[in-house]
Amino acid sequence: MSSTDLTNDVRLSSALNLTARSKPRFVQLLNDSFVIGWRNLLRVPRQIDWLIGVTIMPLMFLLMFRYIFAGTVQMTLPQGVSAVNYLVVGILLQGIVFSGMNTGYGLAMDAKEGLMDRFRSLPMQHLAVVLGRIVADMAIAIFSTVTTILVAFAVGFRPTANLGEWLAAIGIMGLTAFVFCWLGAVIGLALKTVEAVSSIGFSAIMPLTFISSAFISTDFLPSWLQGFAANQPFSLSVNATRGLLNGYPDVGNTAWLAVMWWLGTLVVVIPLTAWLFEKRGE
Amino acid sequence: MGYSGEYAVRATGLKKSYGETQALKGVDIHVKTGTVLGVLGPNGAGKTTAVRILTTLLQPDAGTAEVAGVDVLAHPDQARRVIGLSGQYAAVDEILTGRENLIMFGQLYGLPKSIAKARATELLAQFGLTAAGDRILKTYSGGMRRRLDLAASLIVAPPVLVLDEPTTGLDPRSRADMWQVIENLVSDGTTVLLTTQYLEEADRLANEIVVIDHGLVIAKGTADELKTQLGGERLDISVADGSNLAEVEQSLQQLASTWGIAGNEVLVEPHTRRFTVPYPAGAAGLMQAVRDLDSVGIHPTDFSLRRPTLDDVFLQLTGHAAEDMEGDGSYE
Repeated sequence: MSSTDLTNDVRLSSALNLTARSKPRFVQLLNDSFVIGWRNLLRVPRQIDWLIGVTIMPLMFLLMFRYIFAGTVQMTLPQGVSAVNYLVVGILLQGIVFSGMNTGYGLAMDAKEGLMDRFRSLPMQHLAVVLGRIVADMAIAIFSTVTTILVAFAVGFRPTANLGEWLAAIGIMGLTAFVFCWLGAVIGLALKTVEAVSSIGFSAIMPLTFISSAFISTDFLPSWLQGFAANQPFSLSVNATRGLLNGYPDVGNTAWLAVMWWLGTLVVVIPLTAWLFEKRGE
Repeated sequence: MGYSGEYAVRATGLKKSYGETQALKGVDIHVKTGTVLGVLGPNGAGKTTAVRILTTLLQPDAGTAEVAGVDVLAHPDQARRVIGLSGQYAAVDEILTGRENLIMFGQLYGLPKSIAKARATELLAQFGLTAAGDRILKTYSGGMRRRLDLAASLIVAPPVLVLDEPTTGLDPRSRADMWQVIENLVSDGTTVLLTTQYLEEADRLANEIVVIDHGLVIAKGTADELKTQLGGERLDISVADGSNLAEVEQSLQQLASTWGIAGNEVLVEPHTRRFTVPYPAGAAGLMQAVRDLDSVGIHPTDFSLRRPTLDDVFLQLTGHAAEDMEGDGSYE
């Protein structure tokens, strides 16, 4: 392609009707989120190494915990409770939390490449830049979680849940994923550089997943950490999902508490995200 | 789509501070409808801050801004429909194809998908990108990428275009192509506000020029007016390698005073050993100039008389050569 075929034909006029359809704000937000979400998904197969990276990480956790720590964890569990079942749920939720960081990374990348300012200069609903990112990251989280579950079946995961329990567990995992995408968005918008998001973001999230019931009952953690570890919302999500899928420990009120925590978090985090987004120009 | 008021861009008293730093100290920018205004200024002068305010990306601390009759500060969403922004701060997606980019932006402007698609095809053809339309942008040359970027800002045929250093980093041929495109748009009635670090670009495209430095407008007018302000023609005198530049400068200053020129108007560029001095007698006095130089013992290796350029204007006004200006940091 030589530049000789640049026609000098650029004209301001167009035969098309370039007037925007006017829509209610909420409809416009959904429409714009879908457009941005689709754009983010179009990018995925063209960055296949990245997709492999985010899919493989939870699989590595799964295989390492399954074959290295399952024996040890088994000794902390009552007779008849499968350590594999126990660990798989923790690893699924940890994977979901980490995939929320993709949202932060993606937003920081858009800022770095100058797309954020292009979006901000358009007459669109600006929150759609974040929501569209989350739509795509949720799709990727589903893909990576389903992959992990399939591999888990192959290495001995035997959940006891009926259909209703599966649906409830999927609901809790989905809500957790959604919340962590928003938290990722806050980190991505607040920190501004891609490098800071991947290092500081993970350092901030890591303790939440380890000081929890994800891999071992909180009774076996140092006593000064137990109170936090047993009652923090990530542990509640893990416990609820475990109870629903494996029947151990009892679901009790953990599912409701987890849902309340996450809804409360969203009430704070969504307006915070919108504020951070508009402040970016400064 | 057109705008018929007298001024398509009217900003007055723009002020913006970042902590202690005053990026803009009260800047007025007026662009007559259907004309091109070139905004010049060294790195950190405040021109990027002004552009970001006019394109709704930044809130000023004080001042008013109106584009195509829309109050930018009160109605940013309406303003975004009448301004096309292209340049270093508003990029396109490198991992999408040219067509996918244009369709996405079209939909974000609120166009129905069928219209967004048809508009993408139309723009790709106008910009000579039809063949490349279905390739991802990573495979584009710098010139192609910049054309797509401009196309993206023209999706709804806005009456006002803001071009932030539109040809920085392009090869001369792509730059000439881009100038042609901008001239076409202007002849169709588009109003353009252009920031540039190439004075040649401002000279060719801009009807009027404002020079911003330290957050203030320090000069404005047409390119010719600015050059005339600077007085008559210039003598460029290069001397041999190994000459004592300080000695030559002193002799030249003494000589200049006999021509009625102040000593501080003698400029020297040490690494090229070139002196520039205003020469009021012009071409008619050229032989006299040669004799005068000989009489004070200056033997040029190169010697020429020329009209002042915008570079001279710039140097005079800001004390920096234009080449010292680089792309501004992302936030001034």
